[in-house]
Order: sequence, then C-alpha cells, then structure tokens
Amino acid sequence: MKPAQLSRLLQLLALVALVTFIGIFPVVIAPNDTVNTIAVFTLIGAIAVVGWNIFSGYSGYISLGHSVFYGFGAYTLGLASLDWHISGGWEPFLLLPLAGLVAGAFALPLGWIGLRTQRRTFVVISIAWVFIFQLLAYNLRGITGGSNGVFMPLTPWVAPYADLPFYYVAFAVLLVAVFVSWWIRHSKFGLGLLAIRDDEDRALGLDVKTAPFKLTAYVLSAVFVGMAGAIFAYYVGSVYPDQGFNPAVDITIVIMGFLGGMGTVAGPLIGALLVTPLQQWLDLQFGGQGVNLMIYGVLFLAILLLLPRGIVPSLQERWRTWRAARKHGWLTAHPLQARSNQPAERRGEG
Amino acid sequence: MSLLEVQAVSKAFGGIQALSNCSITVEQGTITGLIGPNGSGKTTLFNVITGYESLDSGEIRFDGRVITGEKHDQVFGLGIGRTFQLTRVFPRLTVLENMHVAMPRKGIRGLLKYWGPSQEQRQALDLLDFVRLITLKDEPAGNLSYGQKKLLELALILVVQPQMILLDEPAGGVNPTMINELAGFIRTLNEHKGITFLVVEHNMEFVMGLCHSVHVMHRGTTIAAGPPAMVRKNPAVLEAYLGV
Repeated sequence: MKPAQLSRLLQLLALVALVTFIGIFPVVIAPNDTVNTIAVFTLIGAIAVVGWNIFSGYSGYISLGHSVFYGFGAYTLGLASLDWHISGGWEPFLLLPLAGLVAGAFALPLGWIGLRTQRRTFVVISIAWVFIFQLLAYNLRGITGGSNGVFMPLTPWVAPYADLPFYYVAFAVLLVAVFVSWWIRHSKFGLGLLAIRDDEDRALGLDVKTAPFKLTAYVLSAVFVGMAGAIFAYYVGSVYPDQGFNPAVDITIVIMGFLGGMGTVAGPLIGALLVTPLQQWLDLQFGGQGVNLMIYGVLFLAILLLLPRGIVPSLQERWRTWRAARKHGWLTAHPLQARSNQPAERRGEG
Repeated sequence: MSLLEVQAVSKAFGGIQALSNCSITVEQGTITGLIGPNGSGKTTLFNVITGYESLDSGEIRFDGRVITGEKHDQVFGLGIGRTFQLTRVFPRLTVLENMHVAMPRKGIRGLLKYWGPSQEQRQALDLLDFVRLITLKDEPAGNLSYGQKKLLELALILVVQPQMILLDEPAGGVNPTMINELAGFIRTLNEHKGITFLVVEHNMEFVMGLCHSVHVMHRGTTIAAGPPAMVRKNPAVLEAYLGV
C-alpha cells in the first residue's frame, strides 16, 4: 500500500473510531451526572474551537474575542424563547440556527471594521469587542436585563438522563462544524486563507481576494461559536453579561486551538477533547484552594515548551520524516538531502 | 510598438529620489537585463511597474495599454508576473498547494470546490516537472533550499501564462549549478513560450550570457542601453560602476 493511501486510511479509521466513541460515550458511562456534564461542556467547547479555527486557524488572524459571538448566541436563544413563549424541551434547540445567524450578522460589521487592521492590531481590537459588548449587556437593561441576566426555559428532562439531549444536539452541531471546517480546508477558499496566513501581501499579488476571504471566514466561524454559546446558555439555564461575553472563554478556546494545532481540521477537535475534561477534572479534584489553577498553568507552560506548534502539526511532521526515511533509505532521512545527492545528469542545460 | 514602455517615471521616498525621469522599453520576445549599482532604483522600478508602489509622475504602458496606477493584483491579471529579491513563497503550504494558490478560479462555486480537479492538477504538476521540483511536491515550501524556492516562485507565476515576467535578482544567493539551471529555464520559456523577460541581476556573467539587451541604471535613471557587448564598453557605465 502506498504511504498516501495508508495515511488516508489511518485518518479515516481514526475519524470513525472517534465518532463512534463520542456517539456511544454516554450510553457506556451513563448514568453518571458528573461525567455527562463534563462531556456536554467538552462538546460545546469543541464546537466553539472548531468554529474559531475556521477563521483564526486558517487565516492566522488570532481572534481573542470570539466570545462575543458566544454571547450573541446565548442571548438570542434566551430572549427569543422569552419573547415567543417557547417552553423548555426540544423546541429551544430549533432556535440554534437563528442564534448562529444572529452571531453571523453581528460578525459582518465587526469583521468589516476589525479586519481593516494588521493582524497584530486585530488581536487587540478583537479583545475590545468582548468588553464593549459586555458593558452594553450590563447597561442595555431594557433588552438584556442587565446584571439580572436572562433565564432560559426550564427543561422537562430529569436525572440521570437530563444531559443526554444536550449531549446529542451538541454532538450533531459539532459534526456539522467539523464537516464545514474539513470542506473549507480542502477548498480553494481554504487554500486562499492558508496563503493569507503565510504571506498575505503575496497572496493578494497572486490575485487571492484577501479581504472578502477573511470576512467570510470570520462570519462563518462566528455562526458556529454563536451556536455553541446558545447550547451552553440553555444547558446552564441562564446567561449573564460576564458569562456570555466572557474573556475566559476566549482564553480556553485559544488554548484548545494551540494545543491541538491551529489550521488543521483535527487539531482543534483533539485540543477540545483534552482541555475541557482536564479543566473540569482539576476543578473537581483540586478546586478548593485554587491548586487546580496552578496545575493548569504548569501544564499549559509544559505544552508550549514541548509542543509549540500543537499536537497535530507535530505528528504530521514526524509522519512526513518517517515516510521520507522509508522512501529514501534511513541514511538520507530527508528528501531534500536525497535530491542534492543526485548525480550530475539532473543538472540544467543552461 | 514595444511590449513594455516606461516613460519618464519619477518616484521619491521622502527626500530620496529613487527614480527620476526614468524611461526604459522592453521589446516583445526579448530577455532584457536591468543592471546598476546598489541603490540605483532597479527594485523600485519593478515595484512601480508591477503596482506594488505608486509613482509620482510618468506613464507606464503594457501591450499598448496604460497601466499606470493599477494595483498589483490587477497588473498580475494583465499578464505581468514577477519574482522577489527575497523569495516569497507560502512556507507552510506544500509545494503543490503553493501552485494551487496561484491557479485562477472564478466564482463562488469555484472557490468552494476542491482545489485540485484533474486538469488544474495536471497543469500544476507539469509546471513543477518543468522546474524539476516534482519530487518535492508534498514538501512544505519552507523546507526548500533558497534556489529551489526561486524555482517555485517562477513556477507560481507561470500558472497564469504571463506575457511578461520580471525577475528580481534570480541568481542572488543561488549556487552556481542552479544558476545555470535557472538560465536554462528562462531561455526555454523565452524561446518556446515567447515569454518576455526583464531581469534585474548583479551577476554579470549571468546577465551578459542571457540577455539580448541591457539597460543600465544609475541614481534613479537609465544611463545606457544596448546589446551586452556594447554596454560593457560604455564609458558612462564604467564610471557608474567603478567611479573612474
């Protein structure tokens, strides 16, 4: 079997295994409320980081303010349920596309303004969005209820199965998010985004429409983060300004993205599956005196030190080296070296 | 009519007059050299022609059409490709992906489709084969040697089948074997595809051996032009270079 085919087969197997695992996870573990709660938070985090990666991972513009869209999604679901007298149960989930669309609609002007800047400046602008909208949410009491927050419809589901609807809805949204991310990564559009990440001006010179590309990716990623926020708010039962527009959410998203590997399809997913359970477990075990935060910090530093490019890109590099070594013999471990060792007949005719 | 006509172009950066009343013409189907001491305005002229810099005064015509003030993506679309003094490829994309970035695709549906349908893929592979990078097609472009990056840059702009290519120091920092290889590619493209070249280069052997005619720049303007052998003996050129 060719290495390329082997690689594809392995990827497919890993995907099937992962989807099966997530699919049957609560059935195998249930009924266990604690584990299922962690699992729901994990999937919500995964949606957010996969969405975030569509913009920040592919284009290289780091947004530290995607929690804005988390907040828009959360408030959309809460306020729409209130205004339209939607009772708890499955119906609020039907509002998820609306929550995504509202977040996307807000992303259009925010992206249009924010993306006029250079990528370093953009990081700061994106943080500013969070605080601006948090302040607005506190003060526009007529709409958001200010610090009283907005309460979500109460669900009729009872323990120990109360988490399962949230789990499977989040799983379904996650599958859609991963599919969209995968599609973009393998489209000409996504290739343009990656080119922007590597050298934006050169990409523009090769006729890549950089501004519309960035804005489109920004809006698309906002849609998924918005849906993640909506599921989160419905799950915890309420949304407050400092929860909806929460800088800690941004930090978590970025950590998940960095750990798994930005700009890959699988990286953010793997990052989310590792970070959220770890975070929650540390909270449960060592939450009392804040020891959890110390351990968390040490782990984060260790990751940056050992895997600065993230898990998936590091593994890809290993795989490439291994394949090259197999192809060219172990002595010339790199194809570039192999080429320079070629005899003189390959030289130019000039 | 010449393919490229630059007429009385001036460009200042603050108090520094990078180009002053500079004019050159490039004939269709030739390889034209552009030489001159450091700081004589060669790269600025390139930037002005390809729309990377605006100009203060003057006019640029390409194929009879005024292109003064067009942006770099528009100039690229008109059929003028260029390479850079310091190579600019997309380091974290593979060599093949680099090629596909440059492949033109129209419309939203085209952008959503997979980046390599068979015909485009074929064209990209053919070009990589031409510059002999085909064995490295799955390697990240950042891992290539300096010379190989220059070849990739050349292949990138060949994607749109340009009428004219501007090369900025193609031989700079490249080993002698690959310089010969590069000269061979340029000659082949010129003879078989009819592509016109304008080449900035400090390597005199390379320029004199390759170019049909040579323009010499000094202090932002052209001081001599003609076949290599004549330019070589021109007193103004000797003075500019040697200061005698």
